Amino acid sequence: MGKATVIPFGPQHPVLPEPLHLDLVVEDEKVIEAIPQIGFVHRGLEKLVETRDYNQFIYVAERICGICAMGHSLGYAETVESLMGVEVPKRAQYLRVIWHELSRIHSHLLWLGLAADAFGFESMFMHCWRLRERVLDIFEKTTGGRVILSVVKVGGVVRDIDDAQMAEVIATLDGIVDDYTKIMNTLLTDASVKNRTVDVGYISHDEALALSMVGPFARASAVGYDVRSFGRGAYGDLSDFQPITDDGGDCFARVKVRCLEVLQSIEIVKELAAKIPVGDIEVAVKGAPAAGAQASNVLEQPRGECYYYARGNGTKNLERMRMRTPTSQNLAGMTKALAGCDLADVNMIILTIDPCISCTER
Amino acid sequence: MAFASKSPWVIHYDGSSCNGCDIEVLATLCPGFDGERFGVVNTGNPKHADIFLVTGSVNEQNIGVVREIYDQMVEPKVVVACGICACSGGIFHDCYNVIGGVDKAIPVDVYAPGCAVRPEALIDAIVKGVAVLDEKSKALKESKKRGE
Repeated sequence: MGKATVIPFGPQHPVLPEPLHLDLVVEDEKVIEAIPQIGFVHRGLEKLVETRDYNQFIYVAERICGICAMGHSLGYAETVESLMGVEVPKRAQYLRVIWHELSRIHSHLLWLGLAADAFGFESMFMHCWRLRERVLDIFEKTTGGRVILSVVKVGGVVRDIDDAQMAEVIATLDGIVDDYTKIMNTLLTDASVKNRTVDVGYISHDEALALSMVGPFARASAVGYDVRSFGRGAYGDLSDFQPITDDGGDCFARVKVRCLEVLQSIEIVKELAAKIPVGDIEVAVKGAPAAGAQASNVLEQPRGECYYYARGNGTKNLERMRMRTPTSQNLAGMTKALAGCDLADVNMIILTIDPCISCTER
Repeated sequence: MAFASKSPWVIHYDGSSCNGCDIEVLATLCPGFDGERFGVVNTGNPKHADIFLVTGSVNEQNIGVVREIYDQMVEPKVVVACGICACSGGIFHDCYNVIGGVDKAIPVDVYAPGCAVRPEALIDAIVKGVAVLDEKSKALKESKKRGE
């Protein structure tokens, strides 16, 4: 055995656009331990509830993370609505889920691209991001924004998608499916992809449960946990929803789960677009949350379960707003997967948990 | 500027951005907007980079990293603040852990506003950055001629 050396990874590293710092303790080419250090992106935005009222805070909430922006505004709005006992019109619920699933498609395509880049498949990176642009075009047409949509408000949504526009959305998605299937088949059958991902960063089913992993990271270790299957909101009207799982537990299984989730999300959007009821898209919300009222909420973000908690104090400002994000749940699993891996696989393993540092640190 | 006198290589660092601007920086270099047609290449090495794209504001933890990357870049160099957080702190300007825009840490040459910054604005900012780079490189040559 060689002498233990510490290699710093990040915060500025080409593989990850975000600042995550790891101290990798290596012996020869083997990683013995990975010690994460965070705090580079901490802004302290939970404290902003004291100076912004509950309607204004939704714009802060969706800037927790630019990739899951839609999810955070949705999760926050649902929490405040249950705090105040507001019933959101059915059409608004459908529209929210449609945008949320579209943002899952964009997030997974973004991730597939970064993952391909991590094992040196640069052209695949470009192809995934080319397809992602078409999803962003849908966002731009329906909401006006590319990444920050600002479309959810407490009590409903700001914009409607009319029938002509909905048909356009479905046509765009249909156009994506062909191209996407080609990309997916390449990722799942190509030998060079398998060389870099199969049996890398293995996490067993029991370990996944013990480390409380969530999202596609856990589902790739055969944990069938998906908040969408609780059937809340428009998800309850889906004819069939089964979480996509895989029992591989390695990086390849995680690529596979996310690949299939894109197709699943496309199906969800198409089904909801066909079933969407006619009606209002918002209700007027008056008053303020009662003093001491509490509400919590869970939501399936692209990266896994996200938990929201809010407490009122009788004024327009909330007393406390708290989120627990999927990446902070998954960091324990990541350090576990990194222990004992080859130095060359570090990039791949870090990416397969799909880390979102700005969610984690807020 | 009538022509780009140089293919600028860029380095990107995420200060405390929400990711929105980061993915727009990457989208600028990918198909759709294709910054590479102007010769813009993303590099991970500060010593190879001409333009420093910073997204997000600075805080106590990352101000040292931003300065370190800037110091490692070779003259002439240009800093582009990408997005409103990097320009002034944006929506997070009154958070307890936000010092302010990137100009609190290093000199900024071009400001690209937006939340999130649009790829068109970024391309424009990079092209403007090349013009600044030209001026700086000219000044550098003249000071060498004078034997400074």
